[in-house]
Amino acid sequence: MIDNDLLVKVSDAGLYKDGKWLVKGVNLNITKGKIVTLIGPNGSGKTTTAKIALGLYKNIEGTVERLTNKISYVPQKVSIDWTLPVRVIDFMVLTQDLRDQEINDALNLTGVEHLKNNNLRELSGGEFQRVLLARAIAKKPDLLVLDEPVQGVDFTGEVELYALIKKISETLQCGILLISHDLHVVMSATDYVVCLNGHVCCSGTPLAVAQNKEYKELFGEKSSHLLSLYEHEHDHVHDSDGNIIKEAK
Amino acid sequence: MFDDFLFRALIAGIGIALVTGPLGCFVVWRRLSFFGDTLAHSALLGVILSISFDINISLSIFAVSSLVALILLRLQNTTNLAGDALLGLLSHSSLAIGLLVLGFLSFIRFDIMGVLFGDILSVNVNDLIIIWAGGAIILFVLWLIWKPLFASTVNYELAEAEGMNPKRVNAIFTILLAALIAISIKMVGLLLITGMLIIPCAMARNLSNNPKQMVVLSIIGGLLSVFVGLYASFEINTSSGPTIVTVAIILFILSLSRIRKKY
Repeated sequence: MIDNDLLVKVSDAGLYKDGKWLVKGVNLNITKGKIVTLIGPNGSGKTTTAKIALGLYKNIEGTVERLTNKISYVPQKVSIDWTLPVRVIDFMVLTQDLRDQEINDALNLTGVEHLKNNNLRELSGGEFQRVLLARAIAKKPDLLVLDEPVQGVDFTGEVELYALIKKISETLQCGILLISHDLHVVMSATDYVVCLNGHVCCSGTPLAVAQNKEYKELFGEKSSHLLSLYEHEHDHVHDSDGNIIKEAK
Repeated sequence: MFDDFLFRALIAGIGIALVTGPLGCFVVWRRLSFFGDTLAHSALLGVILSISFDINISLSIFAVSSLVALILLRLQNTTNLAGDALLGLLSHSSLAIGLLVLGFLSFIRFDIMGVLFGDILSVNVNDLIIIWAGGAIILFVLWLIWKPLFASTVNYELAEAEGMNPKRVNAIFTILLAALIAISIKMVGLLLITGMLIIPCAMARNLSNNPKQMVVLSIIGGLLSVFVGLYASFEINTSSGPTIVTVAIILFILSLSRIRKKY
């Protein structure tokens, strides 16, 4: 079945490198206006899976179909060498041409407009993440891949930025692939969760995943409660397959 | 006017400085200084081949340097040897082969000092055409690939994920470096071309806070080094290459007083 809203389809994908499987048997679909979150312990293949979806590996198992070229990526780590003088404003137009207004708007959304003329090396970790996010949303992508986008951001900022990510997926109708460790904040905004541990240990709506036995083993009983708690805030109802039946306003 | 060797050398030097500025910035940003050396060492083999087969020296250097560059790109994919070890391997093997072949050619009178350190007296009108035409092509291609090249310099995976082709622009950039070495060897010499590439850029980094400014200042630094260096080499009768590079070093030392440590 071909879904008009489909942006990326990862089918049975895996990556074998240096004598071991970094990740194996991943299936996931990213569709317009939806947020898919990858969770899992360190080394469980979250970043690898995101890079597979982006097509950054050449020798993968399985297939990846990407139905859009308007992609923005916030990598887990970006380090800028001292020899390379880059201001925020230079960084904003790294892979795209933007009007001044678009640059200002995007920086404004993530709360770092005042840093426009600063050099990237002058920024704190949290400020840098905000700039990375601003750059990614500035070109109004169809697909946004965010690898731990709020690392190093203070707590109130974290809540704000997740709210912003949610808002972006709604206003731009873009699909988002999000990697995060902050189960409690993320889950309230996520449509679909893929729990990884070298393979897909379970996937589904946040509620379905929270009640999964393997998930409980991986993260402990406590986080299961955490996840289900947030289900109460959901404004729609799911059927047994995790499809949304209706929006209950 | 073109009869005057000093004037010819000046025109040649200006042409080279216009190209080494922007290209050198990328060499510094991408940590490729040792790669420049490797290409320059392999140029000796190019020079020797050009003499033995009587082909144009720039063409023959370009061919050999490009070949070495492509072998490097290939080896990077097929072995797990670290980058610097690979460069050392290629650099010294091409140097050794070059010297070996040179040994067989003892019957040819050959000014090795000129190849190593540059010789302004040897720059003729033909060389000027090669420098300016070649330089214009190099700059034009660099201008075409500027955005993807810069993006992949800042972050390779980000550039690739967002639809650029970093692998291809890297390969093109490598060829541009080989071409630059081919056109500038007569003027600067193969031992010092890397100095000409990176020292004005190192100076420019001390004075700039954004990439475009750094490129412009590198060009100005390179031009100043050429003007002052050529004049000095004429007045005190020294080789052009070492004199130009020494002037560049002096500019670098002066720039240290204005360094923007903050960034």
